Amino acid sequence: MTSVTISNSGSQGKQSTKTDSKWHSHRQVNWWLTAVIAVLSLTILIPLYFTVVTALKTPAEAGGFGLPTSWEWHNFADASAKVNYPKAALNSAIITVAAVVLTLFTNTFVAYAIARNMDKRFFRFLYYFFIAAMFVPFPVVMLPIAKQFGSWHLDNQLGLIMLYTVLGLGTNLFIATGFIRSIPVSLEEAARIDGASTWRIFWKIIFPLMGPINATIAILTALWAWNDFLLPLIVLTDQSNQTIPLAQYVFSSQFATNYPMAFASYLMAMAPILIVYVFAQRWVISGVMRGAVK
Amino acid sequence: MTNVPVSSSAPQAGKPRKKRKSAFSTRKVDHVYYWMAVPAAVVFAVFLYVPFIQGVGYSFTNSQGYGQSKFIGLKNYFALFIDNRVGHAYLFTFLIAVAITILVNLIAMFLAVALNGKILFKNGFRAIFFIPYTLAVLVIGYVFKYIFMTPLPEIGQALHINWLSQSLLTSEHYAWVPIVFLAVWQSVAYSTLIYLAGLQTIDGEIYEAASIDGVNPWQRFWQITFPLIGPFFTINLVLSMKNAFGTFDQVMALTQGGPDSSTETVTYLIYTNGLTGGEYAYETANAVLFFIVLAIIAFIQLKFFGNKEKI
Repeated sequence: MTSVTISNSGSQGKQSTKTDSKWHSHRQVNWWLTAVIAVLSLTILIPLYFTVVTALKTPAEAGGFGLPTSWEWHNFADASAKVNYPKAALNSAIITVAAVVLTLFTNTFVAYAIARNMDKRFFRFLYYFFIAAMFVPFPVVMLPIAKQFGSWHLDNQLGLIMLYTVLGLGTNLFIATGFIRSIPVSLEEAARIDGASTWRIFWKIIFPLMGPINATIAILTALWAWNDFLLPLIVLTDQSNQTIPLAQYVFSSQFATNYPMAFASYLMAMAPILIVYVFAQRWVISGVMRGAVK
Repeated sequence: MTNVPVSSSAPQAGKPRKKRKSAFSTRKVDHVYYWMAVPAAVVFAVFLYVPFIQGVGYSFTNSQGYGQSKFIGLKNYFALFIDNRVGHAYLFTFLIAVAITILVNLIAMFLAVALNGKILFKNGFRAIFFIPYTLAVLVIGYVFKYIFMTPLPEIGQALHINWLSQSLLTSEHYAWVPIVFLAVWQSVAYSTLIYLAGLQTIDGEIYEAASIDGVNPWQRFWQITFPLIGPFFTINLVLSMKNAFGTFDQVMALTQGGPDSSTETVTYLIYTNGLTGGEYAYETANAVLFFIVLAIIAFIQLKFFGNKEKI
């Protein structure tokens, strides 16, 4: 909006002093609004601060918002041992990475095939077949899936990875088809004349061109798979397979009395994604925004 | 082989029309495209539609999730309608879903407009307000559980605020407050982002024209901004309501359905009684009913707001 203002005032010159002053006031910082936003941001920062300081206190001291009098760094080691943090973190990481990779390398070509053949009734049917599932709330299929996965011996990481890949397909298709249709077909035709197969065209031309939308799909899938609680809860039956959120659940129902240690555990559960977010927030935000707009 | 003509059906010159016909209606699809899409459709059916149909099937039986079961017709459904606990779960879910949806959209709209305005550290604040979306609801829920259990009542006692001097979580009447709070706290981020995306589609010149006409900020929002982000409002309403109806992690973290099953949502009931409470078939019937209710609500929403948008 600022660039528009500048070019306008440049080309049209001064219309009247009144509008000119209005434009100036528009360009100035709104201090009042900044203050309101700053106060509102405390609703997010205070709970995070509270988590950090409580994780470093003694059990007797827990509860207040003040800084700890003695910094109990060992809480992290204790919590890590109690929830078997390295195992849970590794498990979450494996599931998240595998789900993201599998999603990227499968959902994209489904979207490509459908986007390029939307004029055919069969592919249009497939499109709605996938999209319709977005409206099926998960609880409706939860019980049969839990039962099924047990009997197929998919009540483990592999089953979860497959579920994330499959259940995300509807949304990813929705996000990706519009983007693929905006890629000119002429690019493919040139390659086709040179004798490239459809698969080759997809991997060599389309997939690289899908970069921004692939980033969006990757970010949304990663956030979902990493933070999800319900799917691991119903699918993973063996406790040694538990993910980070599931580990917090087991931990909280068993050792809830030592609050600093519990908070150290919660903080460790939040830390990996917070650290990634701090460094990549620009991409995360623009990625999620791109997904939201489609 | 251009891909647009599906929509551009207006008869133009004879030549492109003929070309379109040969290129599309009778166009042969490379069979590789079938290999790309059909296996995925089969897997999708196995993972989603088969369980869905199975669920419907189970809902007519007296299955406990294992062992023998027999067909009992619509008995589960009749039982659902006279089950007080189920009725309460639906009422509770509906009420908190409405509260969450309204609060999320009000707050998100305000935040989006503010974060799009002339403020300092714009990107920094955007980054902060998006943090909740990146956190696992269950984990941050445990943090909030403790805040609601200990420090808040202490503050309430110190300030002699009666309703706050006991933990809200143990109160049958107020236990919904923390659940709504946590859900709103977490999902405002995503809705704000959608509204921000919407605001960026608005051409700045419209505001300049309006400011020349001497429009005040209130009119500016309701008569220019709001109508222009209408489609984003619809998306947000449908998405935030869908999420709110599925409220589960929040209940799991904060109250576990208590006190005295006053904060049980439908999802929570389906999970606890269906998987651990031995009411497998009964809760699948509940899930099917839930699906029907949600489908009706989604249909009404889209119908209502879809129509409004066109005007």
